[in-house]
Amino acid sequence: MTATVAVAHASARRTRGRWTRFVLRRARRLLISLWILVTASFLMIQLVPGDPVRAALGTSAPAELVAARREQLGLDEPLLDQYLTYLRDLFTGDLGESILTQLSVAETIGQRLLATLSLALPAFVVTFAFAVPAGVALAVATRQGRRRRTELTFVGTSIVLASIPEFVVCVALVAVFAVNLGLVPAAGRDGLDSYVLPVLALAVGPAAVLARIVRVEMLAVLDADYVRTARAKRLSALRINLRHALPNAVTATLTLSGLMLATMVAGTVLVENVFAWPGLGGTIVSSIQSRDYPLVQGAVLVYGAIALTVNTLVDVAIAAIDPRSMIGDS
Amino acid sequence: MRRRRPEVLRTPLGIVGITLLVILALLAVLAPLVWGDRATATHTDNMLAGPSPEHWAGTDNLGRDILFRTLVATRLSIVLTLAATIFGVGLGLLLGMAPLLLPRRLGRLVVAFVNVLLGFPSLLMVLFLAVILGVSTTSALLAIGIAIAPPFARLVYALGAGVAERDFVAAARIAGVHPLRIMVRHVLPNIAEPLVVNATVTASSVLLAFGGLSFLGIGVQAPQFDWGRLMQDGLAIIYDNPLAALAPGVAFVLTGLALNLTGEAAAGTFGAKSRIRTTRSLTERRSVSPRSNTRDADTDLVLDVRDLEIAFPGPYGPVSPVRGVSIALRAGEAVGIVGESGSGKSMTALAVAQLVEEPGRVTAERLTFCATDLRSGRRTAHDALLGTSLAVVFQDPMTSLNPVMRLGSQLGEAARRHQGLTRRQASARAADRLRAVHLSDPERRLRQYPHEFSGGMRQRAMIAMGLMGTPRLIVADEPTTALDMTVQRQVLDLLQEIRRKHGTALLLISHDVSVVSSICERVLVMYAGRIVEDLPAADLYTQARHPYTRALIGAVPEMTTDLDAPLATIAGQPVDPRHVPDGCAFAARCPRVTDRCRQEEPTLQAGPAGTVACWHVGDPLPAETKEVAVG
Ligand code: SF4
Repeated sequence: MTATVAVAHASARRTRGRWTRFVLRRARRLLISLWILVTASFLMIQLVPGDPVRAALGTSAPAELVAARREQLGLDEPLLDQYLTYLRDLFTGDLGESILTQLSVAETIGQRLLATLSLALPAFVVTFAFAVPAGVALAVATRQGRRRRTELTFVGTSIVLASIPEFVVCVALVAVFAVNLGLVPAAGRDGLDSYVLPVLALAVGPAAVLARIVRVEMLAVLDADYVRTARAKRLSALRINLRHALPNAVTATLTLSGLMLATMVAGTVLVENVFAWPGLGGTIVSSIQSRDYPLVQGAVLVYGAIALTVNTLVDVAIAAIDPRSMIGDS
Repeated sequence: MRRRRPEVLRTPLGIVGITLLVILALLAVLAPLVWGDRATATHTDNMLAGPSPEHWAGTDNLGRDILFRTLVATRLSIVLTLAATIFGVGLGLLLGMAPLLLPRRLGRLVVAFVNVLLGFPSLLMVLFLAVILGVSTTSALLAIGIAIAPPFARLVYALGAGVAERDFVAAARIAGVHPLRIMVRHVLPNIAEPLVVNATVTASSVLLAFGGLSFLGIGVQAPQFDWGRLMQDGLAIIYDNPLAALAPGVAFVLTGLALNLTGEAAAGTFGAKSRIRTTRSLTERRSVSPRSNTRDADTDLVLDVRDLEIAFPGPYGPVSPVRGVSIALRAGEAVGIVGESGSGKSMTALAVAQLVEEPGRVTAERLTFCATDLRSGRRTAHDALLGTSLAVVFQDPMTSLNPVMRLGSQLGEAARRHQGLTRRQASARAADRLRAVHLSDPERRLRQYPHEFSGGMRQRAMIAMGLMGTPRLIVADEPTTALDMTVQRQVLDLLQEIRRKHGTALLLISHDVSVVSSICERVLVMYAGRIVEDLPAADLYTQARHPYTRALIGAVPEMTTDLDAPLATIAGQPVDPRHVPDGCAFAARCPRVTDRCRQEEPTLQAGPAGTVACWHVGDPLPAETKEVAVG
């Protein structure tokens, strides 16, 4: 028996070693990705055909102003010097100034990011708060082919909901709750009730998808031997479903939570536009349209860095919970 | 794909998807020809009008008809979606195949590159490219195509690498076929199906991505219009005519739905569900209402089961894996049930333990455990009794313990629920019980997770779990099958020890006659859901009369048998419970079969040692069948 214990310890140690290597590999990939992101956002302004400053300020802008801004952006210096300056500024948290407004890009983005997160995080919470109980309840109710009509209704509804893009959801929500019923404001960030529609718009699609996945996972777990063991112990249905089955079902769901969060941050771009939300997404779009390149650069950089970091963290967290997820990753 | 087509059309949702796609294709071709003029005609006298007989969905700020604009926009929306998808999928194919074609070093570089790209959210790439290429329809198209390429490339690579390792590809490579030709002729055709399915799903996200860009004003530019552009225009006038934004929205939903439904139907995700649906026409054969019991219950019996039937609904009427089984167990008695897999023995064990679940139905003339009629009351009515007095040990200890719970809480929870122990009392009891099953260092074990245990230790833990109460009966379903030979013996000894110490009855289910005969007093032999022979274990090898029992004995490997050799089995297939033949169920495999066997089903009759269900008990075996060695 001591031998078996030793074997168990050794395998635990092996798993841990593999996990460390996995984390290091992921960290390396993150660093490379971040470097690519930084370089790409630096090159973006160089790759714009023609004179970016002229494009931003318009054809009627006086030549002196254009020259002054070019000077300010350092566009006339050698490329390598510009790159090094860019990197140095980045490390001091300096993202430059807007061509149009001369405001600090870092400050603008900081404020906008807060507004975006104040949408994305509640939406994330709402998604899970709805999807996990709904998926579990449906799995328990429909397992082994029971209540087939409920099952079909649910599967159908969730497919339809998942097919509706955020911006269509937004428009529909605005049409019903703001225009028709007049319950909540249609746009702007002003008071708690202004959060209702954008958060809902962000959460509906992911919640439908997630509920479906939770249900499938839960169904599989409910058929597992250890759940049968729990039933043989005559535990309460609540304990069997929540204590024995649920934790085993959510591991796979966690995998998706990373994707969900990323989708939600992406979704904010559209949602913020509909609701005139003063967030990062709205900033990206409006700065692209107004060709305010330093602002675009900064926004793309921050947005990309967040998405990359979240993805990496989720991968690592999952590997810690479920060592099998590391397999096949080279 | 040709093989799959019927599959898509077989499910109702798949048919809906395909029909929608056909309608969309027709609209894309015809709408601009038929309604092109009316979609762009401005009527300054009828601006921002609501729905009316002339304009079903009202008009926009230039008095243009919303419905016609939406219909006409189908073409541009679909064409752009297709173009971006084709571009992206093509790019993905190239990127995905490159690592399989290029020299190893270069190939790995491409894989690494794709992996890095995958990390970037596609919207970011689209925005990035929109900046560089400028805001236009073409740049949106290129951007979306480039954004969808990496995930597709990964799929191509993963699938392609799998196929490339197969023999016929290796053979082609050795024969000197050009790698590109191998790719096109051998690899791609083999992975085409999942790729097509994935491309369909990708197309639906492209549709939305393009719509999104146009909606944001960085996709299609006026005066051209697609659905996204129409929605943006509509949003501006949503207070005047909400339909202006909703009509193109509906178009998005329908198209997305069409693509998703077709994709999922093609992927076969609905297959299982539609198959289950055919079982709906379930006809109840019997109700559960307990029949009145005339015979007095033998109070000595721990378990008294008479005429147990289990039925599951099947596509062609109910299926009964267990038919008319009766079992009686006294305190301290050990009874074994043997039979091949599918004989109904495990099902019987589950029914005794009250673990058969809906839609399965258990009926019995009598089902009494510790003088309590288990048929009465709600399902949960007997939880306290069963939770403390009945222990169940399952076959596979590796999967029967919950991987995410510490052993301590798995052992303690039933005692806390049924015996009202506190956490501390439960854990003290659990440690004591682990000691009783001879596990060392119980306090430490309680804090461990199942994966830190070996198989034998887990099975001991399972038994300890059953001992948390004061079990009158242990139902053990193949408790040793998943274990090593030496560990098997230890677990059986442990069961024996418990039985002797506490007078616990044991119902042991096994396919292995030698296991059952070594610790049980009586043996029940099951075939096709019925008990075909019931005799004392001591007489098993000498007095067994049923041809099936004798065949089972013959299938037992002896000590001298080479362990690597396949287990001797009984010729022929076990009976499928969905198609139980008339007459004797064993007839098809029986060396002594006669016409009578095929017509009349034998019932259990008193034999020399026990009871047996066979028409030809007394007859000698036919000459060509080797007489079984008698032990
Ligand atoms: S009844 Fe006939 S077929 Fe069935 S076991 Fe006996 S001899 Fe064989």
